[in-house]
Amino acid sequence: MNTTLASLPILEVPMSLVLPGEVSDLSEVTASESALRGFLHGLPGVDQVGAEKRVATLSTRSIKKASKGFALDLAIRMVDLTTLEGADTPGKVRSLCAKAMRPDPGDPEVPAVAAVCVYPDLVATAVDALAGSGIHVASVATAFPSGRSSLEIKLIETRDAVAAGADEIDMVIDRGAFLSGRYGQVLDEIVAVKQACGAAHLKVILETGELATYDNVRRASWLALAGGGDFIKTSTGKVSPASTLPVTMIMLEAVRDFAQLTGEIRGVKSAGGIRTAKDAVRYLVLVHEIAGADWLHPDRYRFGASSLLNDLLMQVRKQASGTYWSSDRITID
Amino acid sequence: MTSPATDHSVPDLITPSWEYAPAPEARELATIRSHYGLFIGGEFVDPAEGGGFATISPSTEEHLAEVALATASDVDRAVAAARKAFGSWSKLAGAERGKYLFRIARLLQERAREFAVLETLDNGKPIRETRDVDVPTAAAHFFYHAGWADKLDWAGLGASPQPLGVAGQVIPWNFPLLMLAWKIAPALATGNTVVLKPAETTPLSALLFAEVCQQADLPAGVVNIVTGAGETGAAITGHPDVDKVAFTGSTAVGKSIARQIAGTDKRLTLELGGKAANIVFDDAPIEQAIEGIVDGIFFNQGHVCCAGSRLLVQENVHDLVVDKLKARLATLRLGDPLDKNTDIGAINSAEQLERITALVAAGETEGERWSPSCELPDAGFWFAPTLFTGVSQSSRIASEEIFGPVLSVLSFRTPDEAVAKANNTPYGLSAGVWTEKGSRILWMADQLKAGVVWANTFNRFDPTSPFGGYKESGFGREGGIQGLAAYLAAPDMEA
Repeated sequence: MNTTLASLPILEVPMSLVLPGEVSDLSEVTASESALRGFLHGLPGVDQVGAEKRVATLSTRSIKKASKGFALDLAIRMVDLTTLEGADTPGKVRSLCAKAMRPDPGDPEVPAVAAVCVYPDLVATAVDALAGSGIHVASVATAFPSGRSSLEIKLIETRDAVAAGADEIDMVIDRGAFLSGRYGQVLDEIVAVKQACGAAHLKVILETGELATYDNVRRASWLALAGGGDFIKTSTGKVSPASTLPVTMIMLEAVRDFAQLTGEIRGVKSAGGIRTAKDAVRYLVLVHEIAGADWLHPDRYRFGASSLLNDLLMQVRKQASGTYWSSDRITID
Repeated sequence: MTSPATDHSVPDLITPSWEYAPAPEARELATIRSHYGLFIGGEFVDPAEGGGFATISPSTEEHLAEVALATASDVDRAVAAARKAFGSWSKLAGAERGKYLFRIARLLQERAREFAVLETLDNGKPIRETRDVDVPTAAAHFFYHAGWADKLDWAGLGASPQPLGVAGQVIPWNFPLLMLAWKIAPALATGNTVVLKPAETTPLSALLFAEVCQQADLPAGVVNIVTGAGETGAAITGHPDVDKVAFTGSTAVGKSIARQIAGTDKRLTLELGGKAANIVFDDAPIEQAIEGIVDGIFFNQGHVCCAGSRLLVQENVHDLVVDKLKARLATLRLGDPLDKNTDIGAINSAEQLERITALVAAGETEGERWSPSCELPDAGFWFAPTLFTGVSQSSRIASEEIFGPVLSVLSFRTPDEAVAKANNTPYGLSAGVWTEKGSRILWMADQLKAGVVWANTFNRFDPTSPFGGYKESGFGREGGIQGLAAYLAAPDMEA
């Protein structure tokens, strides 16, 4: 009797509207500070209780067998393997790059991760170590993690990282400006950094742990998308709470609605605090059921993490052999 | 991404698809006997006339068990057992009665998975709901009322309120265990004894509950469970030695019970049908409102008396809400109710499916029908989530209770119009209001003629909150301090 589960219908509903009001062109809403404020504050509110209930329900999805194998493989492909410590060394970065290319040396079936994420001064080391692998080098920039510097410094840092070979730039927004309502300033910075990125992709870190409300997360998401961010990213990982499921859901809604409004596909990156394969699968369920299956791709969704990869590897081994590996068998970096 | 990086060979998943593998809860958790007798005087006994009927699994039409058919003489026996037990049970100290209720509550928790699987098999609703809503809320009702058992003097009904006697209780098939808990927990806490009849299509969880009563060493006769159909129910509600009748079910049956007991001194509470309005204003938290609409009408396949079956949307967000709702409905997972990932289970019976199908067919001419493309299983009783737009107040689908996964969408312009349309129904069980404006929530709650008004949520139940209706949705309240009044009388009334 367990064979009749109807397949999940593909989301193929023509949408005439994605936002209240008559917004169809984002260039209008970014034309002036007042238009921008009107747009961001006109976005539908987020009811905290309802949003968290939705996430709790989706977290009960039971992902087993082949569907779990698919999720683990996909999650590995989506990892931005990250080290962002003052104590980082070229040696540690090279070691991380080796891990990124062959996460499990004993199993060639295990895919490489999406990117390695480092501070700007270690970009060249990572680029060198990853040459020819196809793995992106991502660099944080713009006075990461606090963003407390002048725009000039932020742009110089961005150009510096790009010149060193970074494929992706993870910038932070000016939370002080955002929270005090200077949305135009935040937008202008994103636009300027995007320009400084050149061909490199821009991920805009909202630092949702400092935004305090889901309404703010929604507004910051649209602001970052309007500013040209290729990805919107939850957190630096330096502020607690970092990524959470509800915050990721709200960002996925924004990216989905943005795609329906503009036809442009942007991505979401959940970073910080995601340590277990079980967590990762819950995030992927959100990606799948909130944004849609079209976002199940490393170009559209990423995990910013360091310890997550090893738990994914453990679970992959468990899927294959039925037993858990000792953690001694998995390289620490 | 605007410009995919072609020089980077991130492995390409060209057609991403993620089919969730079947994740069925273990069916073996529930032990189903081939035959069930009647639970009278603390033990299972054969019915006097030996009749029986089958109960099937609505998702597969598989035969589950043969259940005894109670006739009038069996009801006599059950009422006599309850009357006998009432003598000592009603005199037991409240704290002692509370201990039994606490024990039952804990047993429900301990055997929660067993109850969830059994309920899903017999009713057809998804295991996610029985596991996360029905069974835990049933346990919560016993815990809540256990706490009241020794505090009845402070229930606001005067000093030493007295139990009524034998309660005859008839419950529906949509929440078999939960409705049992709503009925039995307050009755027992207040010192009454019970003869309860579960619905004929869903008797199994009540019979498992009878085992829990044995396991809890509940004194014989305090709870009696007799199975059967309408005639058995009428024998209970009309029985001369029943002091209190509590019924949850259709308005038609509720009216016939009211007629049947008119002129007697039986106390009566009725929890009947509904046609609730779920009202979405343009300043609502839209994403959560969409979830609330889905919870409102597709929870338990719409087999909910307080279901939000009429969606009233402010006209300036009507198209937006309908579009988003359709996109959301396309992600609902319909299928095997035992699968942990199933959102929509089976319709409870062939009869109910027929009723839904007939009303929806009538609705074809009254509005525009829409369902997501979803494959329905071959066996069992199934109905795809259905939406009607362009519906008017006078449409049958907007005025009659369908009791299925069918939503009628209407629009309004002003708050006054929303209230007028919401109240323009013979029912008055529940309503929902979606707005970020607190003052409007309070104003609407004041205007809406409904026993429950949910603000920015829907279909949430808690034992501390009274539930019940206005108008043809019935009278009396269940749950909360108000619910106790239905099972107690002031001392002078008893004298």
